[in-house]
Parts: sequence; structure tokens; C-alpha cells
Amino acid sequence: MIWNEHYETLPREYLEELQLRRLRELLNNVYARVDFYRESMDKAGIKPDDIKSLSDLSKLPFTYKQDMRDNYPFGLFAVPQEQVVRLHASSGTTGKPTVVGYTRRDIDTWTELMARTFSAAGVAAGDILQNAYGYGLFTGGLGAHYGAEKIGASVIPISCGNSQKQLMLMKDFGSTAFSCTPSYALSLYETAIDAGIDPKKDLKLKVGIFGAEPWTDAMREEIEEKWGIDAVDIYGLSEIIGPGVAFECVEAKNGMHINEDHFIVETINPETGEVIPNGEEGELVFTTITKEAIPLVRYRTRDVTSLITEPCKCGRSFVRMNKVMGRSDDMLIIRGVNVYPSQVESILVQKEELSPHYLLVVNRDGNMDTLEVQVELAEGQFMDRIRRLQDLSKSLESEIKTMIGVTCKVRIVEHKTIARSEGKAKRVQDNRNI
Amino acid sequence: MKLKQISVFIENQSGRLHEVAKLLGANGINIRALSLADTSDFGILRLIVSNPDKAYDILKEHEFTVGRTDVLAVIVSDQPGGLAQILGCLDENNMNVEYMYAFVDHMEAGRAIMIFRFDDADIAAVKLGEAGFGFVKQDDIAGL
Repeated sequence: MIWNEHYETLPREYLEELQLRRLRELLNNVYARVDFYRESMDKAGIKPDDIKSLSDLSKLPFTYKQDMRDNYPFGLFAVPQEQVVRLHASSGTTGKPTVVGYTRRDIDTWTELMARTFSAAGVAAGDILQNAYGYGLFTGGLGAHYGAEKIGASVIPISCGNSQKQLMLMKDFGSTAFSCTPSYALSLYETAIDAGIDPKKDLKLKVGIFGAEPWTDAMREEIEEKWGIDAVDIYGLSEIIGPGVAFECVEAKNGMHINEDHFIVETINPETGEVIPNGEEGELVFTTITKEAIPLVRYRTRDVTSLITEPCKCGRSFVRMNKVMGRSDDMLIIRGVNVYPSQVESILVQKEELSPHYLLVVNRDGNMDTLEVQVELAEGQFMDRIRRLQDLSKSLESEIKTMIGVTCKVRIVEHKTIARSEGKAKRVQDNRNI
Repeated sequence: MKLKQISVFIENQSGRLHEVAKLLGANGINIRALSLADTSDFGILRLIVSNPDKAYDILKEHEFTVGRTDVLAVIVSDQPGGLAQILGCLDENNMNVEYMYAFVDHMEAGRAIMIFRFDDADIAAVKLGEAGFGFVKQDDIAGL
């Protein structure tokens, strides 16, 4: 179902007119209110009024995650503090987190976008949505929560983790939809089987809304087959708004519709910064054209994918994006397979036994590339149990294999054995001489 | 009832174990009992020491990966069948032993001490207490 027929099916020419009008408002606004933008635009020799068409957007300088860190915590905010009704922060594995704020209107926008997301997945009033995204500083939980309430679904705000309870509620409440990370969906399935629950027979689930980490079509098939549901992908990042930047429709399950009435998307060559034609693989760059608290102009996501401009059978006119395959700054090719450390990281960060410090070591043994994932052990109650640690490395090896398609060896290492670096962490040690 | 055990995660590299022992020795911490479990990649050293909090701080300060766990030190009669009595009691109560190791005790003749790690040390302590078993407490360890 289409939540907002008017905007989601807006003909291209009207959509682009709307985008341009909103873009120009945004630029005037940030130029007047945010020192960072005024300085960077002055430096580039551009005034807001120089942007006369959407293609002029490429004249504007990029905004990087580092700019958000440099202006920590509130330096990029474009409204006075009393208009900010919510603060979220992304987990920084290095240094300070990235802080984002929302005005009341931003929250409304976000709610609308997540309402679109759930509607496109086929969720509606009468559905029981189990929201297993984390609640808290992370944008996933609350973002999904508001949107699902908006469409009238009964929301279970269970947050992530506690698999036994998740399954109990799924069964007892008759949840018809659930939302979480795709890797958690796979791990929850294992728990279900261990608990003697057959999801296809014992549960009423029909759809899962998965995101917040990169995943493959192979994972989608696996999840759909195991749970007996439709699995749709969603995309978002806290800097832009949180979840709700782009969503798949359950009819096509072929690329995520980007909410272009709120965000302008570009794909660029990450090396040169040049805009590349739609359809070619490049780094996603977003400009938030309606956000009030912390608008971002040409924000470099580092996420690599391609855009689909062909119309979708669901009738939405928004451009679609393919699944994100990884980060522009750290792709590796192992045995011919593109591997992004961020894919591995998304698995590691979910294990409470591990710290977020890891290193991928690639070697060549004869003609064969080998991958070793070294990760530091966290400290805690579990630490004296050797079997738990052995099980942990085994399950990591299989989860990583499922995610990236490459066999690896996981080695758990001592605290502080992986080199720390200022700023960007070194995640790869490639010992191949090729 | 419960005793604090220090566990240290150690990669299989030469000299790491020595470093732990040296560090504790230099700080006047006496090792009362220990067990080492290992795999081909790493090992876990579990220690009962005279001053577990101090040992924990010192090891952490030196960037070892350290954990603290509650274990039970159960007094066993030092004669054939002594251990079997305890295990029998655990069996009857369906309590799994995660691992266990022996403690050398010079203080009293006729008794031995076994360290047990259970999923839930509190429940295990109640059950073993009800069955009449005694425990060595944290204060006793410092003086042993």
C-alpha cells in the first residue's frame, strides 16, 4: 500500500521542481545560520543564489562525517536549542559519537517516512509489529516505532536482544511483522529452532523489515525460506534522519525507493568526487532538503551502490537504490569477491563478548587468498568459559561466511593487541604481494 | 559463601603466563589455586588469589583482558569417595558443573578443597549447604 499517494507518485517534473525549491530554501537557511556552511560556501566561492537548477548542486562542497566530529556536539545545528526536541547519537568506534538533533517537524517527517516504509512492506492497522531494533541513542528503534504507530499497527517495543522473550511474544501475541537487523533475524531463527518453535507453523509472521547493516540477496533468500516471510530491505543513517531514507516495496523487492521529496541523492566517484550517471556504482551523497535541526548538504555517506531510474511496478516515482555493498573507503577483493570490512564489523558489533576493535588480515597461501579476522575480547562474566569462546569464534566464522561469501578464520585476541589509530581506524592488513 | 575468581585471557604466545605470575608476585599477591584451560589459539587462566580486587586492578592496569567470576570453594573430606559425594549431590539437584579444579590446602589435615564454577553460584551454594557441605570463604583465603 502507498501511504502518501500524492508525494510518492509525484511525476518527475513536479518532484524536481519541489526539490529545487526546497534546496534553495535550505541553502539560504544554512548560509544564514550555520557558520560551517557559510565558511565552506564562501571558500568555494558560491552563494545560495548561484544554485539555479538541480544540476548546480554539484558545485557545492561536500560535508563529511569528520565535519560533524569537528563541530561536536551541536556546531552544525541550524535552530536554537529550544526548538530541538530530540537528540540521537551514533556509536563511534573511534572518538566521539556523531550527534543529530530533531525539531518537532523533523520528528513528524521521520514518522511519515517510516509510515511509508511500513506501508510499502504491507504492514497496516491490524498488524502486530514486533520492533526489535535497538531503542536508545541508536535511531533504529524509535524511528521505526513512531512510523509503525502512525499507520496504526500495534507496536511491541521490545528492542533488540533477549531472544527467548522475543520468541515468546511472537508466539503469544501473534506478531505479524517484525523489524530488526538481518543478522539478528538469522540468529533468532536458530534460537527458535532450539526452542522447538517452527516459525512457519507456530508463528503468524508474514513480513520482516530489515536494515541497519549491509546484507545480500542470498541472506534475503535464506531469511525468507527459514521464516516463511517476505523480507524487505530498508536504508537509513542517523546523519540523514535515521531509518526511513529509502525503503523497498514488498511487490517488487527490487531496490529501495529513496524519499526524494525530502532528500536529494547523487552518486559520485569516491576518488574524484565527480557525479556519475545513474545506474553506475558509486558513493551515495545525500542533501536533506526539509530537515530543520541539522540539515546536511551533500553528505558523503561512504556507502557504495547504484541507482535504478526505471519505473517500479508499485507505481512510486522515486528513484531506487540497490543494496549497499559496502563502504567506499575500504573495499577488499578476496578470492574474487568484493569484501567490505563494514560487513564484517556489522556482525562483530552485535556480540557482547567482543570489543569493536578488529583487523582483517589477508594472506596468500599458494594461489589461495586467506582471510583471518582478528577481534579483541571484551571483559565480562563470560570470560572464564572456554567453550563459550570457542563457540563464539565458530559461530562468527559461519555468520561471516553467510554475509560475505568467503570462508575465514576468526582469532580472538587480547585487549589492546590491535593497533589503535587516531581518526580512522586501520581495519585491513593485506599481506598479499599483488 | 562465594569466592571471587580472576580469569585472564591469554593468547598462546611465549612468556605471557610468566608475565602474569611475575606481576602478581611483585605486588605481593599470592596465588592460592589456579587452572589453565587452553585451545590451540588461546588459553584462559583462572586464579584464586589472596587479594582478588587488587589482582584485578593490577592486571587491568597492565592491559591484560581480565574478568571476575563467582565460584564456590567446597570443602571435601580428603579420603576415597570424597569428591564423589559432592558430585552425587550436584547430580541429584540437576546442577551442571561448568568446570572445577583442586585447591591445595596446608591448613587442616583431612580436608581437601575443590573450586566449582556453576551457572548460578547462589543456587548451588544453597543446595550444597542444605546437603551439609562447607565452604571456604574469601576471608579464609587471604589467611590460608
